[in-house]
Amino acid sequence: MKAAVLVFPGINRERDMARTLRLISGRDPAIVWHTETELPSGTDLVVIPGGFSYGDYLRCGAIAARSPIMDAVRIYAAKGGLVLAVCNGFQIACEAGLLPGVLMRNARLKFVCRDIFLKVERSDTPFTRGYNAGQVIRVPTAHGEGNYTADADTIARLEGEGCVIFRYVGPDGTRDPAFNVNGSTNAIAGIINERGNVLGMMPHPENHVEAAIGPTDGRGLFAGLVEALDRAA
Amino acid sequence: MKARVTVTLKSGILDPQGKAIEAALRSLGIVGVSSVRQGKVFEIDIDGSDSAKAEALLKHAADKLLANTVIENYRVDILG
Repeated sequence: MKAAVLVFPGINRERDMARTLRLISGRDPAIVWHTETELPSGTDLVVIPGGFSYGDYLRCGAIAARSPIMDAVRIYAAKGGLVLAVCNGFQIACEAGLLPGVLMRNARLKFVCRDIFLKVERSDTPFTRGYNAGQVIRVPTAHGEGNYTADADTIARLEGEGCVIFRYVGPDGTRDPAFNVNGSTNAIAGIINERGNVLGMMPHPENHVEAAIGPTDGRGLFAGLVEALDRAA
Repeated sequence: MKARVTVTLKSGILDPQGKAIEAALRSLGIVGVSSVRQGKVFEIDIDGSDSAKAEALLKHAADKLLANTVIENYRVDILG
């Protein structure tokens, strides 16, 4: 795996992400500053990490989405390159047009910083092959603007084409408004693009990978990516 | 030349902040407000004096950055 982790001013989860990528893949990712106009050659996974790029000014992710490196990411993604966008990264990916829709202020107006449960809807993507379809995983979440919203046609298309990858559920997989921590449409926590090479999600799988710290449910995502890339190589 | 770009949420988009403000007005005893939607106003100074050109420039700016047209509408006013 030759991963590249993008860094924008105000991003603060890039070190967690780099640590996890190294832990699972055995290889240090490249750290790529937002003013770069090209990705390192041979990059096979771009990660847009979480944080508060540009202090969330204007709209979350809006300014980062227009930075030079994102033009390179758009070209890379258009060729089928894998992109993992987490938390603020998901907001940036939506603002950059890599994924449809937008993340709005949490419906209950509260910043949600705790472990939540996700149902993995599909296991046949490069991002989720480490899980079983229908599996429930426990991962941390930390955001104030994760309320996924899109127009009715887009939601219908995402649901119809199996683009919803993660949903907020209870510990036993039950869907209930009480578990939909931010009020997202259809409890959507993560989506994939039509082509299946760009995943955006609000929770942080990179923070649940070491037994010394707690649950390790996040490992499956990264281990699955390593496997997918090895097979492709 | 001065101009103003007003960005508002499209109708049908849930506005939790607007709802909270609405509830706060009610709790302050300010009655008669039936709905609040929060938006943004950009006050912009523009070089030159061609208002048609300024309007085209600001529409471009709004489409490119100031508004997310998935959820927001915008209006450009050239104030002269």
